[in-house]
Amino acid sequence: MLGETNLLGPQLVLMCAGAFLLIADLFIKRRGLLAGTAAAAVLGSVAYSAILLADGKVGREAFDGVLVFDHFALFFQFLLAGAALVTIAASWETLSRIPSRRGEYLALILFSVTGLMLLAGTRDLIGIFVALELTSLSQYVLVGFHKDRLGSEAGLKYLLLGAVASAVLLYGMAMLLGLTGSTNLPEIAAAIAGSGDGQFEALTFAAVFLIAGFGFKAAVAPFQMWVPDVYTGAPTAIAAFLSVASKAAAFAVLIRVFFEALGDDLLSADWSTIFAILAALSMFVGNVLAIQQSNIKRMLAYSSVAQAGTVLIGLAAISAGRGELLGASGILFYLAGYTVSNLAAFLIVIVVHEKIGSFQIDDYRGLGRRAPLLAGVLALALISLTGLPPTAGFFGKLYLFDTAIQSGLAWLAVIGVVNTAISAAYYIRPIKAMFIDEPAGELARPIPSSWLPSPPLAATLALTAAGVLVIGLVPGLIIDVAEEAVGVLLF
Amino acid sequence: MSDFPILSILIFLPIAGALLLALIPGQRVPTDRLFAWVPGDQQARAKWLALVVSAATLVISLVLFIDFDHGRPGFQYTDTFTWIDADDVGFTVRYAFGLDGLSAPLVLLTTFLTTVAVLISWRIDLRPKEYFAWLLVLETSVLGVFTALDLLVFFLFWELELIPMFLLISTWGHGDRRHYSAIKFVLYTVFGSAFMLVGFLILGAEAGSFDMRDIRGADLAGAVLPLQAVFAFILIAFAVKLPVVPLHTWLPDAHTDAPTAVSVLLAGVLLKMGGYGVLRLLFTLMPDVGADADLALAIIAAVSIVYGAIITIRQTDLKRLVAYSSVSHMGFVLLGVSALGVTGLSGAAMQLVTHGLITGLLFVVVGLVYDRTHTREIADMRGMAHYMPLLAAATVFAGFASLGLPALAGFVAEITIFLGAFAQHEAPTAVALLGVLLAAGYMLYALQRTMFGPRDERWSHLPDIGAWWETAPIAALVAAIVLLGVYPSIVMDLFEAAVAPIADGLALAADSAEAAVSGGA
Repeated sequence: MLGETNLLGPQLVLMCAGAFLLIADLFIKRRGLLAGTAAAAVLGSVAYSAILLADGKVGREAFDGVLVFDHFALFFQFLLAGAALVTIAASWETLSRIPSRRGEYLALILFSVTGLMLLAGTRDLIGIFVALELTSLSQYVLVGFHKDRLGSEAGLKYLLLGAVASAVLLYGMAMLLGLTGSTNLPEIAAAIAGSGDGQFEALTFAAVFLIAGFGFKAAVAPFQMWVPDVYTGAPTAIAAFLSVASKAAAFAVLIRVFFEALGDDLLSADWSTIFAILAALSMFVGNVLAIQQSNIKRMLAYSSVAQAGTVLIGLAAISAGRGELLGASGILFYLAGYTVSNLAAFLIVIVVHEKIGSFQIDDYRGLGRRAPLLAGVLALALISLTGLPPTAGFFGKLYLFDTAIQSGLAWLAVIGVVNTAISAAYYIRPIKAMFIDEPAGELARPIPSSWLPSPPLAATLALTAAGVLVIGLVPGLIIDVAEEAVGVLLF
Repeated sequence: MSDFPILSILIFLPIAGALLLALIPGQRVPTDRLFAWVPGDQQARAKWLALVVSAATLVISLVLFIDFDHGRPGFQYTDTFTWIDADDVGFTVRYAFGLDGLSAPLVLLTTFLTTVAVLISWRIDLRPKEYFAWLLVLETSVLGVFTALDLLVFFLFWELELIPMFLLISTWGHGDRRHYSAIKFVLYTVFGSAFMLVGFLILGAEAGSFDMRDIRGADLAGAVLPLQAVFAFILIAFAVKLPVVPLHTWLPDAHTDAPTAVSVLLAGVLLKMGGYGVLRLLFTLMPDVGADADLALAIIAAVSIVYGAIITIRQTDLKRLVAYSSVSHMGFVLLGVSALGVTGLSGAAMQLVTHGLITGLLFVVVGLVYDRTHTREIADMRGMAHYMPLLAAATVFAGFASLGLPALAGFVAEITIFLGAFAQHEAPTAVALLGVLLAAGYMLYALQRTMFGPRDERWSHLPDIGAWWETAPIAALVAAIVLLGVYPSIVMDLFEAAVAPIADGLALAADSAEAAVSGGA
């Protein structure tokens, strides 16, 4: 019977394509064909979602509420599909270095995306855990895919720490189940509403465990220790994927769990404070540590911790009445802008590494003269990550700070803007290196025409750069979509 | 011309010109054919295009200035549409621009000084098209700040100015420390504007709109933070930009290392954004707090004026001397503002314009001297008047204007400020008067050491100014300074009419505060 399974279609497309790629790897050797299949699967999944949307299936549930197909899930399906496409294109050079394991690599990306999409589209603790494990296990392998010293270290570190985080998360879920007798988020909310204040402390305890578990995935301080090493050791495309897709899905599930299950007024005042503290901590830790980095991958790793802190402002901004809707839509809008900006930055890092074989910021000197377009896109992405106009990041930060103020969290907004100023100190460094510093020796030579990025990379670069500008100039488009998406959380 | 978006055209014309400049081919580029009809090499095309664009902007703003209806209060030529409409969550941003008596002269000043800046950069040979493109982007961002009616749009343009300034100082500046200076400039500004943003968001959240016209008159008493804190937050950004002691240390560095044209724009218009912001936002939107803060502002102003002047005397670098004198002179703006009345406020606005012209001229002549001598050390220069009589005359003229010689523009502004401020705060104003005395001291001393004195054979080969791109801007600036000195009412009337409602609001706030005090007693 297709009925309920139909809603799982977008994910099934990805899973089937992944399974096919594992086998096809044996007899298909051309990377274009393999990568093309993976990309086609992602597009097919998007098309499937679009058909479901057009078919009026929005708002339906399947498998007793484990799977839900609403605007919120849909928003993240599109966002994650976009991130997956860019990751596949960004892996173009990586694929040439792993001739015998291409299918595996691509299949793991597809499995991981499937898990992330499910995370955003489930309303059940068990569903959340299964989806999380599906994506995590794929990612552990992907991170260690280059079996060199750094890669193995990164893979092992991610696996061990990730396992601990999963255990902590599971513990929190078990507590929640024990206290409320259900794994279904709306049912949990109903049980909490009917139980009075007796369980208040225990529920807060459970919430803390959940925050720690999801916080690991979202790379929020103080659960961020793995980030720099894993980003450094992983293939750069995978680091990019972790920094946007994994983070986005982690925030999706955080919003789901905390708004739909633990949205009780008393309780939310409590976890709103926790999120506010974590937001401030993440921003400070990420930004201050990023300043000292000389390796651009590590710099982007710490910057992603700080960016996660900025997103948390949206979760903290819940208490004051309509702030609820505002904070959540702010997160979605910010994530959209952050995704395109960070992907654009990582893409340039990949292209430059292909050509000069270095991740050192010092080696970016003279890039503004040697490859003005590439340098321009990186500058644009960094300007957006800082939060300066006319880019996506500008309005994203504006919107989130506005939610904080409307929710009475002016102090958090102040910390946010102070951190924006701190972050300018390191985001400006690659820009300075590319456009200002005088290159010497090898770096001063004009580049050969073969310097152009490969076609898939060039195309995705153009798309992400355009995204940064378009969201920055007509933010209304995404804001409307984000608001519609979070509308489902209020009932 | 009611519906014609003339103001939008004015604001975005420079940035459109910058995009066009970017299309000028370097070598072997498809756009080559597009420009084939333009004679000359890349440099010549770039500078002529920049001149045409900046001159066109100047003409438009001049037309607007003349056509501006003096009798009508409020904003004219308004351009408004809703840019981001998220009304149900209170996040609506309106693309809104307008011109009033306060902004019209500043817009004209901006377009005028940008044209001057383009001319004075005529000999630039390092990546000219990028240079002129960024100069034009800078013009758009400043014009946007002076005309924006929505707080978030104001903020957007305020931040936009960072990118061109950073690149202009650090790429085309002088000296080894230019990178340091450029980054210092960016970090100071970002730091200040970060707090400004929080202030804006609090105001907008409370008033339900980011449009200045809506916020003015809205009841802001229930804001998340006390209005005094909001006022202080926003003041930080303006104090950095103005600049006010102790937030001024970026200014001498940025000025010393910036190329001449950028110094002209930095002193001439960018600093004005701070003073404009105080008048347009702080005192208009939060008159209650402004009326209470007057004494504090007056004291800060007096410290800035005197401290700036004392530091100026000690400078041995001619450009740094002019830069520090700006700190002192911009203190007068704050002093005028602290007077609260029409006289003080319009004097402060006037000082924005006159300081822009005079310091602009000073930086032009100092830059021309430096181009010839390749030194800015006062100790190295002597008797320039013997070899470059015209340039020396212009320098002496600028110096006299700067120290407030009657019949020149600076005098009008300063005397108005003192008249306004003395009635309100006697002690700080008396202290600030010292600044005028010191200004005469450092300026005459510097002139005497550099321009006069015995001949120095080292400089005998130096040519006087003669090229049209040198004489034209100097002549235009001199003419403007004399014009405003003898006939100040062309802009003074505008300012007086524009600040009258601000002064009324402040007076009302002061009255009600007094009534509350006496009622309480």
